[in-house]
Amino acid sequence: MKHLIKGFVAAALLAGTAVADDAPKRGGTLVTVIGTNVRNLNSAVQSGIATGYPGAQLFASPLRYDEDWTPQPYLAESWEVSDDGLSVTLNLVKNAKFHDGTPLTSKDVAFSVEVIKANHPFKAMFAPVETVETPDDHTAILKLSKPHPALMLAMSGQLMSIIPQHIYGDVPVDQVKTHPRNNENPVGSGPFKLTEYKSGEHIILERFDDFFIEGRPYLDKVVMRIITDPAARAIAYENGEVQMGAFESLPRIINRLKKVDTLTVTPDGYGAIGPLDWLAMNTQRGPLKDVRVRKAIAYAVDKNFIQKALMLGTASDSRTGIHPDSPFYNGEVDGYDVDLDKAAALLDEAGFPLKDGSRFGLTIDFGWPGVKPQVEYVKAALKKVGIDVEVRSSADFPTWAKRMGEMDFDLSWDTVFNWGDPVIGVHRTYDSTNVGKGVWSNTQGYANARVDELMAMAAVENDPAKRKALYKEFQAIIADELPVYHTNTLPYHTVYNNKVGNPPVGIWGTSTPIDMTYLKD
Amino acid sequence: MQFLLTTSKRVFYAIVLLVAVLVLNFSLMHLAPGDVADTISQSMGGADQELLDQIRADYGLDQPFVVQLGRYIGGVLTFDLGFSFFYNMPVTELILQRLPATLLLVLSAQLLALVVGVLLGVMSARKPNGITSHFVTFLALFGYSAPVFWTGILLLIGFSLNIQIFPVAGMQDVTIEGGFWVHAWDIFMHLMLPMITLASIFLALYSRLSRATMMEVLGSDYVRTAKAKGLSQNQVVYKHALKNALSPVITLAGLQFSAVISGAVLVETVFSWPGLGTLAFQSIIARDTPTILGILFFSALVVIVGNLLTDMALRLVDPRLRGR
Repeated sequence: MKHLIKGFVAAALLAGTAVADDAPKRGGTLVTVIGTNVRNLNSAVQSGIATGYPGAQLFASPLRYDEDWTPQPYLAESWEVSDDGLSVTLNLVKNAKFHDGTPLTSKDVAFSVEVIKANHPFKAMFAPVETVETPDDHTAILKLSKPHPALMLAMSGQLMSIIPQHIYGDVPVDQVKTHPRNNENPVGSGPFKLTEYKSGEHIILERFDDFFIEGRPYLDKVVMRIITDPAARAIAYENGEVQMGAFESLPRIINRLKKVDTLTVTPDGYGAIGPLDWLAMNTQRGPLKDVRVRKAIAYAVDKNFIQKALMLGTASDSRTGIHPDSPFYNGEVDGYDVDLDKAAALLDEAGFPLKDGSRFGLTIDFGWPGVKPQVEYVKAALKKVGIDVEVRSSADFPTWAKRMGEMDFDLSWDTVFNWGDPVIGVHRTYDSTNVGKGVWSNTQGYANARVDELMAMAAVENDPAKRKALYKEFQAIIADELPVYHTNTLPYHTVYNNKVGNPPVGIWGTSTPIDMTYLKD
Repeated sequence: MQFLLTTSKRVFYAIVLLVAVLVLNFSLMHLAPGDVADTISQSMGGADQELLDQIRADYGLDQPFVVQLGRYIGGVLTFDLGFSFFYNMPVTELILQRLPATLLLVLSAQLLALVVGVLLGVMSARKPNGITSHFVTFLALFGYSAPVFWTGILLLIGFSLNIQIFPVAGMQDVTIEGGFWVHAWDIFMHLMLPMITLASIFLALYSRLSRATMMEVLGSDYVRTAKAKGLSQNQVVYKHALKNALSPVITLAGLQFSAVISGAVLVETVFSWPGLGTLAFQSIIARDTPTILGILFFSALVVIVGNLLTDMALRLVDPRLRGR
């Protein structure tokens, strides 16, 4: 098995899809918006969507992806996976430079892998990488302890930012996460360099003239304004003050912006980040231990109502822990269309007969105020089948996170992201060795030997077709045993002014370089 | 001498109060379940237990409560407000970065509310049952009872979207270029809506109070004397009566200063005004204890200074207080 893609072929392909009918134009300032404050600009040590956008502009990664989930050259002009799958060779472009003028070499790649392994929260990304060999300045060979197909996605987007060793190497590797130059004067090799970062106000980037892809980026300047209030952001899009923004998730605002002629609002661009909404069920507590009870709950909750009425049609159906845009998604599993009779029958069968209009009580938690309607709806829906639900609110996120992390809940509304390959963001929810290890671990206490086995096999399967089959079975089991009732995708939308050409709506959304984005006349 | 003594006494009380505020808030923050490691993991999209433990160890969150508290108080005594877990920078630096914006907003809103409120109050006091008076009452009550975030959004829709006069959010437009006056004008335009929004709450208080005291003063003997001397109506009202009617308003303004700061939290959040209010809101959400405590510390300082200034202002308008 050998993947060898020559840079120029793919570059031509990329250019072909990018140009469309009007040619990109050089110059201009793009004013964009982010909805949360950014903790850290260095995406090698900080994950998250807020860091991803500036991070991907400042730092380049070995690969990038096209809309069809096919890897494309970026810092690596070509790459090769050995037949046994145990070594991945990256042939770096020769002309890549950091913002301070120093050439980027394979040493920096080896250093970055070390830093990411020591600081980045997604340990699964590079855990099998044992060493990085650097036979010459432009060749980096990642030596793996086992085949690791997830590496491909983990080398793209914001997940593998190459940072310069001569800047960040002056402290021990595990302390790079508090390096002063993460936010002040950071140095990367991405299309834009930092002009100014004012916490809570804005990030200003300017074109890096020595960017390794000739002629790019098209924009002279990118302004990222930080506006935390969604209503204020909406007005800023409408009156043209802001030309682009991503991760808008309030259905009412999305639908309002869709009606504005000067704007395009699209749910595209979130496949790899893979944000999913779901109803988590603690499989180790009370009646929920019984799979029939969990199924009854799924039958009683009408997810069509959630998608159409609560999310006003902005969210789409998702039936498993893998985002529907992912090539691994299995949409053939049971979606649990609402059926109250079936729910009642299942509850009777599980030994919870109806007494005076009630069977048993449960609690439901939620971590942020935005999902209160869903939680209240679940309470009302379950009342119909005789389950009394008590809504437990949390004062803030840490309160809820603590309850989840310690599995102190019955039901909870949760939002979890895929983060590229299933190995990175999906396995953690179902892995029996990851039970109750903090928020967004396997907080449902779910354990199934076959599921563990399937995940282990899929993690090392380099053949995409075989891998897909493994994940298909995995999703079927999850949908049948329901540690989590998957209801819908999070309705993230990207909003951009029609003056913006080539907006970032690929699989990684704004967590990719916007070197091809331009402003029309 | 007397003045110095009173002042130093006040400063002493203020310090005691400040320490009490710090200890109380630190304890309260500690009592709440979860900590900043959770919010950091949220902003990262999840983290494993090992990393969470590492973050807690990095920030000393694994130490016993008393040790953490002692360290913090010790730091504050040496003017070190600590290091923000969430923003990765020293709290003092973070607050000083944000303080000017808040002061600009709060002071200008307070000034606007005071000037306009007193003017409206006086106007309505002169004809207590006239149409102006009813209008002022309506406006005042409306401003007072409408939630600021709602007033803010409404103003935004009105004057940033439907009639595009004012910018939507932030404190300045980073894309414009020009000299000092261009930027000053830009900041002024950004300031208008948040300032009006914040002022709208306090306008009600000031106009109602100045209306009431003005009516009282206008009925007093010396006003009758002034009128009898043949002074014009305006001279009587603005020269003789207003000075006496002002002193309760100034007292109230001083007392309200802390409320203006808390009001700023909401207004700043709606308008993304880069001040302490937004920072306070975000650090509470993020459970960033050093930043929250630092902001409380600074707010307390601002309130104390505000109260001292009120005191001096009162002495200026009321000669009877000068000896005390």
